[in-house]
Amino acid sequence: MTTVQKYALIGGGLLLSLVAPFLMPQFATQLTMLWLMVVFALTWDTLGGQMGYNSFGNILFFGMGAYACAVLQRDLGLDYFAGLAVGLIFAAVLSSLVAIVLGFGMLGLRGHYFAIGTLGLGIAAGEIAGGWDYVGAGSGMVPPLYPTELAGRELFFYFLMFALALATFFVLRSLYATKFGLALNAIRDDEDKAEAMGLQTTQIKSFAWAVSAFFLGIGGGLAGNLLGFIDPRDVAFAGATFGVWMVLMAILGGKGTLWGPVIGAVVFHITQELFWTYLLGWQRVALGLLIVAIVVFFPNGIMGTLRERRPEWFGEKVEERV
Amino acid sequence: MIENLQLLIDYPSLGADLVANGLMIGAIFALAAFGMALVWGVLGIINIAQGEFVMLGGFVALTAAGLGVPPLLTIPLAALALFVVGWGLYRLVIFRVVDRDLFVSLLATFGLSIILQQLSNEIFGADVRTLETGLGTLVLFDGQIVLSEIKLVSFVTALTVGLALWAFLKRARLGQAIRATAQNARAARILGIDTDRVYAATYALNAALCGAAGSLVVMAWTIHPYIGLPYTVRSFLVVIVAGLGNIVAVITAGLGLGALENLAGFILGAEYQIAFVFVLMVILLVGRNFWLRRKREYLK
Repeated sequence: MTTVQKYALIGGGLLLSLVAPFLMPQFATQLTMLWLMVVFALTWDTLGGQMGYNSFGNILFFGMGAYACAVLQRDLGLDYFAGLAVGLIFAAVLSSLVAIVLGFGMLGLRGHYFAIGTLGLGIAAGEIAGGWDYVGAGSGMVPPLYPTELAGRELFFYFLMFALALATFFVLRSLYATKFGLALNAIRDDEDKAEAMGLQTTQIKSFAWAVSAFFLGIGGGLAGNLLGFIDPRDVAFAGATFGVWMVLMAILGGKGTLWGPVIGAVVFHITQELFWTYLLGWQRVALGLLIVAIVVFFPNGIMGTLRERRPEWFGEKVEERV
Repeated sequence: MIENLQLLIDYPSLGADLVANGLMIGAIFALAAFGMALVWGVLGIINIAQGEFVMLGGFVALTAAGLGVPPLLTIPLAALALFVVGWGLYRLVIFRVVDRDLFVSLLATFGLSIILQQLSNEIFGADVRTLETGLGTLVLFDGQIVLSEIKLVSFVTALTVGLALWAFLKRARLGQAIRATAQNARAARILGIDTDRVYAATYALNAALCGAAGSLVVMAWTIHPYIGLPYTVRSFLVVIVAGLGNIVAVITAGLGLGALENLAGFILGAEYQIAFVFVLMVILLVGRNFWLRRKREYLK
């Protein structure tokens, strides 16, 4: 693939994303969810792919964002858009702060202990939210409604979510290009050596988690308003759906690559919507099968496989030997 | 929360009652945890589908009882059925992830747990179910402690099964092969042990243990398709506290967890009982890691 082809492909994709909600207004919500999935996969990959810390609990920051935003919108008494803006900022800041605080304890755990520990965090958060009256306990919360006299609710959230996905992508891209990105990869490859070389691993890890949490928090605030209902266990802290999907999408696309999570999210989201449409009742069984199949048979993901089959697309020289 | 604590202080017998009931269910936790420790030690896999095996065991017992099998006889039936399920799952999926990265097996068993959960939701329905055994209740110490007899039966059964398994591992030929494989799989292969069969047997044995535990759960408590994950986490908790391969520690930790959880459920309110289990796990993990950090080590 030449550079021109590559940019043509990216430009085409961008153009398509801009006109898609106008072309297919009936799918606007699904398309918005697609961008949320992209945010999920990209932020998961910051830790899971680049840093080698496989988290099952990143959904924690998503749910926290959803609740934080909704609570501020409810209690501040501002008009809808001002409330949403303040709520989103608060959601992002709160999630990042919590990530930093939790990071000092949790990120000391390694390997599967980290994975299971974070799984526990996510589910505990769901259970606590499900019992806490201030946030509506088990019956959930309803964020304020989008002003009824204004049309274009779906477009409004579509473009906000699209902007969030773009921002996540470019921020992470520029982060990975710096020394910080190299430090993340060093931690993934050998944490003890990285520490011996003088890297402040604890700070780096916590910061990386905070960056993920920042975008997840905003995503949560937006998703809560988009869906119009925050259920503690099935939406906000949905460990068995969103929480696992973000891992899966990153693996499907290719862990530790920039484009992998994006591609994985798109492919996965479309597959999942098809399951939903054609396998009514059995879609979750099919999703489980898909998880096992991807993990067992396709662990390198789309980008990893492409890289193996077509190394020249990645700028690697292939020498033919006779 | 405060008033519940006050209640406990004013009426110590209430606490004793909670602890006694907790100990009963703790034995079942110990059973599932023993299976998890076995699989973890031998195959090097943390089986997230553990709780789903418990859940399936419960549904097998329910179905068998529905067909007219006396309740107590459903325990071996559930164990047998789950043994087959475990063996099948090993042959289909698990053998592909045994030697791979730990995260692969973690995610693969997570996928299995979702499949089992959703399948049983489709087949058995999402209702909360229980199995009536027709046994009475036991009133001890002038009514200060009330225990249903089935809980006592399940307690004794769980301990018996655990001890039988321990004896099996110590004495039987296959048990010795399992222990040899756990110590050094390569050396075991050189000595002529078919490690693949040992892995399959271990995984199936674990499933059978969970199946027995599940049939006890459905008789003494309740069961529904989404009950699995808390049981997985409880097993994990017991294993990280007790370590691999120490049966006395596993039983003690299981009993302790049961009692603690029952007390916490009363003090914090039943809606926070599951949250308590998960938070306790996180605290234990992080706490132990901090402890190790002083020696510049970490949990392995």
